[in-house]
Amino acid sequence: MGRRMGERTVVLGNRPGVVSWASIVGRKEQEGPYGGRFDQVLDDELNGETSFESAERKMLETAVTLCARKAQREMGEVQMLLSGDLLNQIISAGYAARNLQIPFYGLYGACSTMSESLSLGGMLADGGYADRLIAATCSHFCTAERQYRAPLELGNQRTPTAQWTVTGAGAVMLASGAAAKEAKVRLTHTTCGRVIDLGIADANNMGAAMAPAAADTLCAHLKDLNRSFEDYDLVVTGDLGHHGRDLLIELLRQSGVDVREDRLFDCGCEIFSARQDVHAGGSGCGCAASMLCGYLLPELAAGHLNRIVFMATGALLSPTTTMQGESIPGVAHAVVIEHGEE
Amino acid sequence: MGNEKKVSRAQQEKIERYKQLVDRLSPKSDMVTGLWRAFWVGGAICLLGQAITEFFSRVMLWGATSAATATSICLIFLSALLTGLGVYDKIGKYAGAGSIVPITGFSNSVVAPAMEFRREGLVMGVGAKLFTLSGPVLVYGICSSIIVGLIAFFMEVL
Repeated sequence: MGRRMGERTVVLGNRPGVVSWASIVGRKEQEGPYGGRFDQVLDDELNGETSFESAERKMLETAVTLCARKAQREMGEVQMLLSGDLLNQIISAGYAARNLQIPFYGLYGACSTMSESLSLGGMLADGGYADRLIAATCSHFCTAERQYRAPLELGNQRTPTAQWTVTGAGAVMLASGAAAKEAKVRLTHTTCGRVIDLGIADANNMGAAMAPAAADTLCAHLKDLNRSFEDYDLVVTGDLGHHGRDLLIELLRQSGVDVREDRLFDCGCEIFSARQDVHAGGSGCGCAASMLCGYLLPELAAGHLNRIVFMATGALLSPTTTMQGESIPGVAHAVVIEHGEE
Repeated sequence: MGNEKKVSRAQQEKIERYKQLVDRLSPKSDMVTGLWRAFWVGGAICLLGQAITEFFSRVMLWGATSAATATSICLIFLSALLTGLGVYDKIGKYAGAGSIVPITGFSNSVVAPAMEFRREGLVMGVGAKLFTLSGPVLVYGICSSIIVGLIAFFMEVL
Protein backbone atom coordinates (compact mmCIF):
# COMPACT_ATOMS: atom_id res chain seq x y z
CA MET A 1 0.00 0.00 0.00
CA GLY A 2 1.16 3.53 -0.67
CA ARG A 3 2.47 5.75 2.04
CA ARG A 4 3.83 9.22 2.40
CA MET A 5 7.41 10.34 2.58
CA GLY A 6 8.48 13.77 3.72
CA GLU A 7 6.13 16.68 3.33
CA ARG A 8 4.64 16.20 -0.08
CA THR A 9 5.71 12.95 -1.66
CA VAL A 10 3.59 9.82 -2.00
CA VAL A 11 5.27 6.44 -2.37
CA LEU A 12 3.49 4.18 -4.82
CA GLY A 13 4.44 1.02 -2.99
CA ASN A 14 2.73 -1.33 -5.42
CA ARG A 15 4.62 0.20 -8.34
CA PRO A 16 1.77 0.57 -10.82
CA GLY A 17 2.82 -0.38 -14.34
CA VAL A 18 2.85 1.79 -17.42
CA VAL A 19 1.57 -0.76 -19.91
CA SER A 20 1.17 1.26 -23.08
CA TRP A 21 1.34 4.76 -24.49
CA ALA A 22 0.50 6.61 -27.67
CA SER A 23 1.47 9.96 -29.12
CA ILE A 24 0.16 12.10 -31.95
CA VAL A 25 1.65 15.35 -33.19
CA GLY A 26 1.21 17.91 -35.95
CA ARG A 27 3.40 18.55 -38.99
CA LYS A 28 5.64 21.13 -37.36
CA GLU A 29 6.43 18.78 -34.44
CA GLN A 30 7.23 16.03 -36.91
CA GLU A 31 9.79 18.34 -38.51
CA GLY A 32 11.49 18.71 -35.11
CA PRO A 33 14.39 16.61 -33.81
CA TYR A 34 12.09 13.89 -32.41
CA GLY A 35 9.80 13.79 -35.45
CA GLY A 36 10.27 10.11 -36.18
CA ARG A 37 9.38 9.03 -32.67
CA PHE A 38 5.68 9.78 -32.61
CA ASP A 39 3.02 7.19 -33.40
CA GLN A 40 0.95 9.35 -35.70
CA VAL A 41 1.21 12.66 -37.48
CA LEU A 42 -1.80 14.78 -38.45
CA ASP A 43 -2.20 15.36 -42.18
CA ASP A 44 -3.09 18.98 -41.59
CA GLU A 45 -4.17 21.29 -38.80
CA LEU A 46 -7.85 20.43 -39.26
CA ASN A 47 -7.29 16.69 -38.93
CA GLY A 48 -10.19 16.00 -41.29
CA GLU A 49 -12.64 18.04 -39.17
CA THR A 50 -14.44 21.31 -39.71
CA SER A 51 -12.95 23.27 -36.80
CA PHE A 52 -9.66 23.33 -34.91
CA GLU A 53 -11.44 22.52 -31.64
CA SER A 54 -12.96 19.45 -33.20
CA ALA A 55 -9.56 18.52 -34.66
CA GLU A 56 -8.03 18.72 -31.19
CA ARG A 57 -10.59 16.51 -29.54
CA LYS A 58 -10.37 13.97 -32.34
CA MET A 59 -6.61 13.88 -31.85
CA LEU A 60 -7.07 13.15 -28.12
CA GLU A 61 -9.67 10.50 -28.86
CA THR A 62 -7.36 8.84 -31.37
CA ALA A 63 -4.46 8.87 -28.90
CA VAL A 64 -6.58 7.14 -26.24
CA THR A 65 -7.90 4.59 -28.73
CA LEU A 66 -4.41 3.91 -30.02
CA CYS A 67 -3.07 3.53 -26.47
CA ALA A 68 -5.71 0.89 -25.67
CA ARG A 69 -5.07 -0.87 -28.96
CA LYS A 70 -1.32 -1.01 -28.29
CA ALA A 71 -2.08 -2.72 -24.98
CA GLN A 72 -4.45 -5.04 -26.87
CA ARG A 73 -7.36 -3.98 -24.71
CA GLU A 74 -10.94 -3.15 -25.54
CA MET A 75 -12.22 0.27 -24.56
CA GLY A 76 -14.57 -1.41 -22.08
CA GLU A 77 -11.63 -2.79 -20.13
CA VAL A 78 -10.34 0.68 -19.33
CA GLN A 79 -11.96 1.62 -16.06
CA MET A 80 -11.15 5.31 -15.91
CA LEU A 81 -10.02 8.15 -18.11
CA LEU A 82 -8.21 11.04 -16.43
CA SER A 83 -7.85 13.86 -18.86
CA GLY A 84 -7.85 17.58 -19.40
CA ASP A 85 -6.66 20.22 -21.82
CA LEU A 86 -6.12 23.95 -22.22
CA LEU A 87 -9.43 25.01 -23.66
CA ASN A 88 -12.18 26.69 -21.67
CA GLN A 89 -14.28 24.10 -19.80
CA ILE A 90 -11.76 21.43 -20.93
CA ILE A 91 -13.91 20.70 -23.94
CA SER A 92 -11.39 18.51 -25.74
CA ALA A 93 -11.29 16.03 -22.86
CA GLY A 94 -15.02 16.19 -22.20
CA TYR A 95 -16.05 15.70 -25.80
CA ALA A 96 -13.48 12.97 -26.37
CA ALA A 97 -14.80 11.17 -23.27
CA ARG A 98 -18.33 11.47 -24.66
CA ASN A 99 -17.31 9.42 -27.66
CA LEU A 100 -14.98 7.04 -25.84
CA GLN A 101 -17.51 6.15 -23.14
CA ILE A 102 -14.80 5.45 -20.55
CA PRO A 103 -15.73 6.62 -17.01
CA PHE A 104 -14.18 10.07 -16.93
CA TYR A 105 -12.56 12.46 -14.48
CA GLY A 106 -11.87 15.86 -16.05
CA LEU A 107 -8.77 17.65 -14.81
CA TYR A 108 -7.45 21.14 -15.25
CA GLY A 109 -3.80 21.82 -14.60
CA ALA A 110 -3.02 23.76 -17.78
CA CYS A 111 0.22 22.39 -19.25
CA SER A 112 0.89 20.35 -16.10
CA THR A 113 -2.03 18.04 -16.95
CA MET A 114 0.15 15.12 -18.07
CA SER A 115 1.92 14.81 -14.73
CA GLU A 116 -1.24 15.69 -12.81
CA SER A 117 -3.17 12.89 -14.50
CA LEU A 118 -0.24 10.49 -14.09
CA SER A 119 0.05 11.35 -10.38
CA LEU A 120 -3.64 10.84 -9.69
CA GLY A 121 -3.82 7.80 -11.95
CA GLY A 122 -0.75 6.35 -10.25
CA MET A 123 -2.36 6.74 -6.83
CA LEU A 124 -5.66 5.25 -8.04
CA ALA A 125 -3.89 2.27 -9.56
CA ASP A 126 -1.60 1.89 -6.56
CA GLY A 127 -4.53 1.92 -4.18
CA GLY A 128 -6.25 -0.78 -6.17
CA TYR A 129 -9.11 1.46 -7.22
CA ALA A 130 -8.55 0.71 -10.87
CA ASP A 131 -7.00 -2.22 -12.69
CA ARG A 132 -6.55 -0.24 -15.85
CA LEU A 133 -6.87 3.46 -16.52
CA ILE A 134 -5.70 5.98 -19.06
CA ALA A 135 -4.15 9.37 -18.36
CA ALA A 136 -4.19 11.62 -21.40
CA THR A 137 -3.98 15.20 -22.56
CA CYS A 138 -3.62 17.29 -25.70
CA SER A 139 -3.15 20.78 -27.06
CA HIS A 140 -3.46 22.38 -30.47
CA PHE A 141 -1.63 25.45 -31.71
CA CYS A 142 -4.62 26.95 -33.49
CA THR A 143 -7.11 26.58 -30.63
CA ALA A 144 -4.67 27.89 -28.03
CA GLU A 145 -3.75 30.89 -30.19
CA ARG A 146 -7.36 31.85 -30.59
CA GLN A 147 -8.17 31.46 -26.90
CA TYR A 148 -5.09 33.02 -25.36
CA ARG A 149 -3.68 35.33 -28.01
CA ALA A 150 -4.73 36.64 -31.41
CA PRO A 151 -6.37 35.37 -34.61
CA LEU A 152 -4.00 33.27 -36.71
CA GLU A 153 -3.84 35.60 -39.69
CA LEU A 154 -3.08 38.72 -37.69
CA GLY A 155 0.24 40.22 -38.75
CA ASN A 156 1.82 40.70 -35.32
CA GLN A 157 5.20 39.79 -33.88
CA ARG A 158 6.02 37.43 -31.02
CA THR A 159 8.38 38.44 -28.24
CA PRO A 160 11.69 36.55 -27.75
CA THR A 161 10.29 34.87 -24.61
CA ALA A 162 7.08 33.70 -26.33
CA GLN A 163 6.59 29.98 -26.84
CA TRP A 164 4.88 27.96 -29.54
CA THR A 165 1.93 25.78 -28.46
CA VAL A 166 2.58 22.21 -29.51
CA THR A 167 -0.07 20.46 -31.56
CA GLY A 168 0.04 17.05 -29.98
CA ALA A 169 -1.56 14.50 -27.71
CA GLY A 170 -0.32 11.77 -25.44
CA ALA A 171 -2.12 8.92 -23.68
CA VAL A 172 -0.65 6.56 -21.08
CA MET A 173 -2.28 3.40 -19.79
CA LEU A 174 -1.57 2.56 -16.17
CA ALA A 175 -2.35 -0.79 -14.62
CA SER A 176 -2.07 -2.43 -11.25
CA GLY A 177 -1.89 -5.96 -9.93
CA ALA A 178 -2.12 -8.78 -12.44
CA ALA A 179 -2.87 -6.38 -15.27
CA ALA A 180 0.54 -4.77 -14.78
CA LYS A 181 2.49 -8.01 -14.87
CA GLU A 182 4.05 -7.46 -18.28
CA ALA A 183 4.85 -3.79 -17.76
CA LYS A 184 8.47 -2.74 -18.24
CA VAL A 185 7.93 0.75 -16.88
CA ARG A 186 6.73 1.60 -13.37
CA LEU A 187 5.60 4.63 -11.41
CA THR A 188 7.20 4.79 -7.98
CA HIS A 189 6.59 8.22 -6.42
CA THR A 190 4.61 11.38 -6.97
CA THR A 191 5.11 14.81 -5.46
CA CYS A 192 2.17 17.17 -5.46
CA GLY A 193 3.02 20.74 -6.44
CA ARG A 194 2.00 23.96 -4.74
CA VAL A 195 0.73 26.90 -6.74
CA ILE A 196 3.56 29.43 -6.81
CA ASP A 197 3.37 33.00 -8.07
CA LEU A 198 6.38 35.28 -8.06
CA GLY A 199 4.63 38.16 -9.72
CA ILE A 200 5.25 37.60 -13.43
CA ALA A 201 2.33 39.17 -15.30
CA ASP A 202 3.63 38.91 -18.86
CA ALA A 203 1.57 36.26 -20.66
CA ASN A 204 4.32 36.07 -23.27
CA ASN A 205 6.78 34.89 -20.66
CA MET A 206 5.29 31.63 -19.39
CA GLY A 207 8.71 30.12 -18.73
CA ALA A 208 9.43 32.78 -16.12
CA ALA A 209 5.96 32.34 -14.61
CA MET A 210 6.32 28.56 -14.25
CA ALA A 211 10.00 28.17 -13.30
CA PRO A 212 9.45 29.00 -9.58
CA ALA A 213 6.76 26.29 -9.33
CA ALA A 214 9.09 23.76 -10.97
CA ALA A 215 11.90 24.73 -8.59
CA ASP A 216 9.59 24.49 -5.58
CA THR A 217 8.27 21.04 -6.48
CA LEU A 218 11.69 19.66 -7.42
CA CYS A 219 13.32 20.95 -4.23
CA ALA A 220 10.54 19.41 -2.13
CA HIS A 221 10.76 16.17 -4.09
CA LEU A 222 14.52 15.80 -3.71
CA LYS A 223 14.32 16.71 -0.02
CA ASP A 224 11.44 14.30 0.68
CA LEU A 225 13.27 11.39 -0.92
CA ASN A 226 16.74 12.55 0.10
CA ARG A 227 17.79 12.35 -3.56
CA SER A 228 19.84 14.50 -5.88
CA PHE A 229 20.27 14.90 -9.65
CA GLU A 230 22.64 11.93 -9.51
CA ASP A 231 19.71 9.62 -8.72
CA TYR A 232 17.99 10.41 -12.01
CA ASP A 233 19.05 9.81 -15.59
CA LEU A 234 16.89 12.77 -16.52
CA VAL A 235 15.04 15.44 -14.62
CA VAL A 236 12.29 16.27 -17.11
CA THR A 237 10.34 19.51 -17.12
CA GLY A 238 7.32 20.12 -19.31
CA ASP A 239 7.49 23.38 -21.19
CA LEU A 240 9.65 25.95 -19.48
CA GLY A 241 11.39 26.77 -22.74
CA HIS A 242 14.96 28.06 -22.99
CA HIS A 243 14.37 31.12 -20.85
CA GLY A 244 12.42 29.25 -18.15
CA ARG A 245 15.01 26.50 -18.04
CA ASP A 246 17.77 29.04 -17.36
CA LEU A 247 15.65 30.51 -14.58
CA LEU A 248 14.98 27.07 -13.09
CA ILE A 249 18.71 26.32 -12.98
CA GLU A 250 19.36 29.63 -11.25
CA LEU A 251 16.53 29.12 -8.72
CA LEU A 252 17.65 25.58 -7.92
CA ARG A 253 21.23 26.76 -7.37
CA GLN A 254 19.97 29.49 -5.05
CA SER A 255 18.17 26.77 -3.07
CA GLY A 256 21.37 24.82 -2.76
CA VAL A 257 20.57 22.05 -5.27
CA ASP A 258 23.57 20.71 -7.16
CA VAL A 259 22.20 21.01 -10.71
CA ARG A 260 23.51 18.72 -13.42
CA GLU A 261 22.58 20.70 -16.52
CA ASP A 262 23.19 17.75 -18.83
CA ARG A 263 20.43 15.86 -17.03
CA LEU A 264 17.89 18.65 -17.06
CA PHE A 265 15.65 17.88 -20.02
CA ASP A 266 12.95 20.39 -20.89
CA CYS A 267 10.43 19.05 -23.41
CA GLY A 268 9.73 22.61 -24.62
CA CYS A 269 13.42 23.13 -25.44
CA GLU A 270 13.75 19.74 -27.11
CA ILE A 271 10.66 19.28 -29.26
CA PHE A 272 11.56 21.95 -31.82
CA SER A 273 14.92 22.78 -33.31
CA ALA A 274 16.41 26.28 -33.29
CA ARG A 275 15.76 26.80 -37.01
CA GLN A 276 12.01 26.24 -36.56
CA ASP A 277 11.67 29.80 -35.27
CA VAL A 278 9.62 29.08 -32.16
CA HIS A 279 11.48 31.63 -30.03
CA ALA A 280 11.75 30.29 -26.44
CA GLY A 281 10.52 26.76 -27.34
CA GLY A 282 7.37 24.64 -27.31
CA SER A 283 4.55 24.78 -24.79
CA GLY A 284 1.09 23.35 -24.16
CA CYS A 285 -0.25 20.17 -22.57
CA GLY A 286 0.68 18.26 -25.70
CA CYS A 287 4.35 19.24 -25.44
CA ALA A 288 5.19 17.22 -22.33
CA ALA A 289 2.59 14.56 -23.22
CA SER A 290 3.87 13.82 -26.72
CA MET A 291 7.51 13.87 -25.62
CA LEU A 292 6.70 11.51 -22.74
CA CYS A 293 4.82 9.09 -24.97
CA GLY A 294 6.98 9.50 -28.06
CA TYR A 295 10.43 9.54 -26.57
CA LEU A 296 10.79 9.13 -22.80
CA LEU A 297 8.57 6.09 -22.15
CA PRO A 298 10.02 4.07 -25.07
CA GLU A 299 13.53 4.89 -23.81
CA LEU A 300 12.54 3.75 -20.30
CA ALA A 301 10.97 0.57 -21.64
CA ALA A 302 14.09 -0.20 -23.65
CA GLY A 303 16.24 0.36 -20.58
CA HIS A 304 18.17 3.26 -22.17
CA LEU A 305 16.88 5.34 -19.33
CA ASN A 306 16.63 3.81 -15.91
CA ARG A 307 14.87 6.38 -13.78
CA ILE A 308 13.47 9.81 -14.53
CA VAL A 309 11.42 12.35 -12.66
CA PHE A 310 8.77 13.78 -14.97
CA MET A 311 7.47 17.19 -14.04
CA ALA A 312 5.06 18.94 -16.39
CA THR A 313 4.59 22.59 -15.56
CA GLY A 314 1.40 24.61 -15.89
CA ALA A 315 0.56 28.32 -15.92
CA LEU A 316 -2.86 28.76 -14.35
CA LEU A 317 -3.90 31.94 -16.09
CA SER A 318 -6.82 32.89 -18.29
CA PRO A 319 -7.21 35.68 -20.85
CA THR A 320 -9.45 37.45 -18.34
CA THR A 321 -6.83 37.53 -15.58
CA THR A 322 -4.23 38.68 -18.10
CA MET A 323 -6.41 41.61 -19.16
CA GLN A 324 -7.07 42.47 -15.52
CA GLY A 325 -3.33 42.69 -14.95
CA GLU A 326 -3.11 39.75 -12.54
CA SER A 327 0.15 37.88 -12.20
CA ILE A 328 0.47 34.29 -13.39
CA PRO A 329 0.39 31.41 -10.87
CA GLY A 330 2.35 28.31 -11.84
CA VAL A 331 2.14 24.69 -10.76
CA ALA A 332 4.22 21.56 -11.31
CA HIS A 333 3.68 17.98 -10.22
CA ALA A 334 6.45 15.41 -10.19
CA VAL A 335 6.19 11.69 -11.00
CA VAL A 336 9.06 9.25 -10.76
CA ILE A 337 9.09 6.76 -13.63
CA GLU A 338 11.44 3.80 -13.61
CA HIS A 339 12.45 1.01 -15.90
CA GLY A 340 11.72 -2.25 -14.16
CA GLU A 341 9.70 -5.42 -14.18
CA GLU A 342 7.99 -6.83 -11.16
CA MET B 1 -1.74 40.69 11.97
CA GLY B 2 1.91 41.57 12.58
CA ASN B 3 3.03 38.15 11.48
CA GLU B 4 0.94 38.37 8.34
CA LYS B 5 2.63 41.61 7.36
CA LYS B 6 6.08 40.14 7.90
CA VAL B 7 5.28 37.19 5.64
CA SER B 8 3.99 39.41 2.92
CA ARG B 9 7.10 41.60 3.13
CA ALA B 10 9.34 38.57 2.79
CA GLN B 11 7.24 37.50 -0.19
CA GLN B 12 7.50 41.01 -1.60
CA GLU B 13 11.28 40.85 -1.42
CA LYS B 14 11.26 37.43 -3.05
CA ILE B 15 9.13 38.79 -5.89
CA GLU B 16 11.46 41.76 -6.31
CA ARG B 17 14.54 39.53 -6.40
CA TYR B 18 12.92 37.22 -8.92
CA LYS B 19 11.92 40.15 -11.12
CA GLN B 20 15.57 41.23 -11.23
CA LEU B 21 16.66 37.70 -12.09
CA VAL B 22 14.10 37.45 -14.90
CA ASP B 23 15.15 40.83 -16.29
CA ARG B 24 18.78 39.79 -16.20
CA LEU B 25 18.21 36.49 -17.99
CA SER B 26 15.53 37.63 -20.45
CA PRO B 27 16.45 37.60 -24.11
CA LYS B 28 15.99 41.07 -25.57
CA SER B 29 14.44 42.06 -28.88
CA ASP B 30 16.90 43.27 -31.50
CA MET B 31 15.90 46.94 -31.78
CA VAL B 32 18.14 47.88 -34.71
CA THR B 33 16.92 45.08 -36.98
CA GLY B 34 13.33 45.66 -35.86
CA LEU B 35 13.46 49.37 -36.57
CA TRP B 36 15.13 48.90 -39.95
CA ARG B 37 12.56 46.32 -41.07
CA ALA B 38 9.64 48.43 -39.86
CA PHE B 39 11.12 51.45 -41.64
CA TRP B 40 11.64 49.90 -45.04
CA VAL B 41 8.45 47.82 -45.18
CA GLY B 42 6.35 50.66 -43.78
CA GLY B 43 8.02 53.01 -46.24
CA ALA B 44 7.42 50.62 -49.14
CA ILE B 45 3.71 50.41 -48.29
CA CYS B 46 3.50 54.20 -48.21
CA LEU B 47 5.38 54.39 -51.50
CA LEU B 48 2.87 52.00 -53.04
CA GLY B 49 0.06 54.19 -51.71
CA GLN B 50 1.67 57.26 -53.26
CA ALA B 51 2.04 55.46 -56.59
CA ILE B 52 -1.65 54.55 -56.56
CA THR B 53 -2.57 58.16 -55.75
CA GLU B 54 -0.39 59.40 -58.62
CA PHE B 55 -2.03 56.92 -60.96
CA PHE B 56 -5.54 58.10 -60.11
CA SER B 57 -4.69 61.79 -60.21
CA ARG B 58 -2.41 61.84 -63.27
CA VAL B 59 -3.63 59.00 -65.47
CA MET B 60 -7.30 58.90 -64.49
CA LEU B 61 -7.30 62.68 -63.87
CA TRP B 62 -9.36 62.41 -60.65
CA GLY B 63 -9.47 65.16 -58.02
CA ALA B 64 -7.27 64.98 -54.91
CA THR B 65 -10.08 63.78 -52.56
CA SER B 66 -11.26 61.06 -54.92
CA ALA B 67 -7.71 59.87 -55.57
CA ALA B 68 -7.00 59.66 -51.82
CA THR B 69 -10.20 57.71 -51.19
CA ALA B 70 -9.46 55.35 -54.06
CA THR B 71 -5.94 54.82 -52.69
CA SER B 72 -7.32 53.81 -49.28
CA ILE B 73 -9.78 51.44 -50.93
CA CYS B 74 -7.03 49.83 -53.01
CA LEU B 75 -4.68 49.36 -50.04
CA ILE B 76 -7.45 47.96 -47.84
CA PHE B 77 -8.45 45.55 -50.57
CA LEU B 78 -4.89 44.45 -51.18
CA SER B 79 -4.24 43.84 -47.48
CA ALA B 80 -7.52 41.95 -47.06
CA LEU B 81 -6.62 39.79 -50.04
CA LEU B 82 -3.14 39.07 -48.69
CA THR B 83 -4.61 38.26 -45.27
CA GLY B 84 -7.03 35.82 -46.88
CA LEU B 85 -4.20 34.21 -48.81
CA GLY B 86 -2.21 33.80 -45.58
CA VAL B 87 0.58 36.15 -46.62
CA TYR B 88 -0.01 39.23 -44.49
CA ASP B 89 0.78 37.55 -41.17
CA LYS B 90 4.17 36.59 -42.61
CA ILE B 91 4.80 40.19 -43.68
CA GLY B 92 3.72 41.28 -40.18
CA LYS B 93 6.05 38.82 -38.51
CA TYR B 94 8.93 40.27 -40.52
CA ALA B 95 8.07 43.95 -40.42
CA GLY B 96 6.28 44.45 -37.07
CA ALA B 97 4.98 47.98 -36.77
CA GLY B 98 5.96 48.58 -40.41
CA SER B 99 2.91 46.66 -41.58
CA ILE B 100 0.66 47.37 -38.57
CA VAL B 101 0.70 51.18 -38.62
CA PRO B 102 -0.37 51.82 -42.27
CA ILE B 103 -4.02 51.40 -43.23
CA THR B 104 -3.18 47.89 -44.47
CA GLY B 105 -2.62 46.83 -40.84
CA PHE B 106 -6.08 48.07 -39.96
CA SER B 107 -7.56 46.00 -42.76
CA ASN B 108 -5.61 42.96 -41.57
CA SER B 109 -6.90 43.42 -38.02
CA VAL B 110 -10.49 43.31 -39.30
CA VAL B 111 -10.12 40.45 -41.77
CA ALA B 112 -8.12 38.19 -39.44
CA PRO B 113 -10.86 37.90 -36.76
CA ALA B 114 -13.48 37.61 -39.50
CA MET B 115 -11.69 34.51 -40.79
CA GLU B 116 -10.95 33.19 -37.32
CA PHE B 117 -14.50 33.39 -35.99
CA ARG B 118 -16.35 32.40 -39.16
CA ARG B 119 -16.97 28.97 -37.60
CA GLU B 120 -18.99 30.52 -34.78
CA GLY B 121 -21.51 31.76 -37.33
CA LEU B 122 -22.17 35.03 -39.17
CA VAL B 123 -23.94 36.80 -36.31
CA MET B 124 -22.22 35.92 -33.04
CA GLY B 125 -18.99 34.90 -34.78
CA VAL B 126 -18.03 37.27 -37.59
CA GLY B 127 -20.53 39.96 -36.58
CA ALA B 128 -19.61 40.15 -32.93
CA LYS B 129 -15.89 39.56 -33.24
CA LEU B 130 -15.11 41.60 -36.36
CA PHE B 131 -13.85 44.60 -34.41
CA THR B 132 -12.25 42.84 -31.43
CA LEU B 133 -8.84 44.11 -32.48
CA SER B 134 -9.66 47.25 -34.41
CA GLY B 135 -12.47 48.28 -32.04
CA PRO B 136 -10.16 50.26 -29.73
CA VAL B 137 -8.74 52.13 -32.74
CA LEU B 138 -12.25 53.12 -33.81
CA VAL B 139 -13.39 54.06 -30.30
CA TYR B 140 -10.42 56.24 -29.45
CA GLY B 141 -10.06 57.54 -33.00
CA ILE B 142 -13.65 58.76 -33.01
CA CYS B 143 -13.39 60.08 -29.44
CA SER B 144 -10.28 62.11 -30.17
CA SER B 145 -11.74 63.45 -33.42
CA ILE B 146 -14.78 64.66 -31.47
CA ILE B 147 -12.55 66.40 -28.93
CA VAL B 148 -10.40 67.98 -31.61
CA GLY B 149 -13.56 68.99 -33.48
CA LEU B 150 -14.96 70.65 -30.35
CA ILE B 151 -11.73 72.53 -29.72
CA ALA B 152 -11.68 73.72 -33.33
CA PHE B 153 -15.33 74.78 -33.07
CA PHE B 154 -14.79 76.84 -29.92
CA MET B 155 -11.64 78.41 -31.27
CA GLU B 156 -13.62 79.57 -34.28
CA VAL B 157 -16.38 80.96 -32.04
CA LEU B 158 -13.84 82.87 -29.96
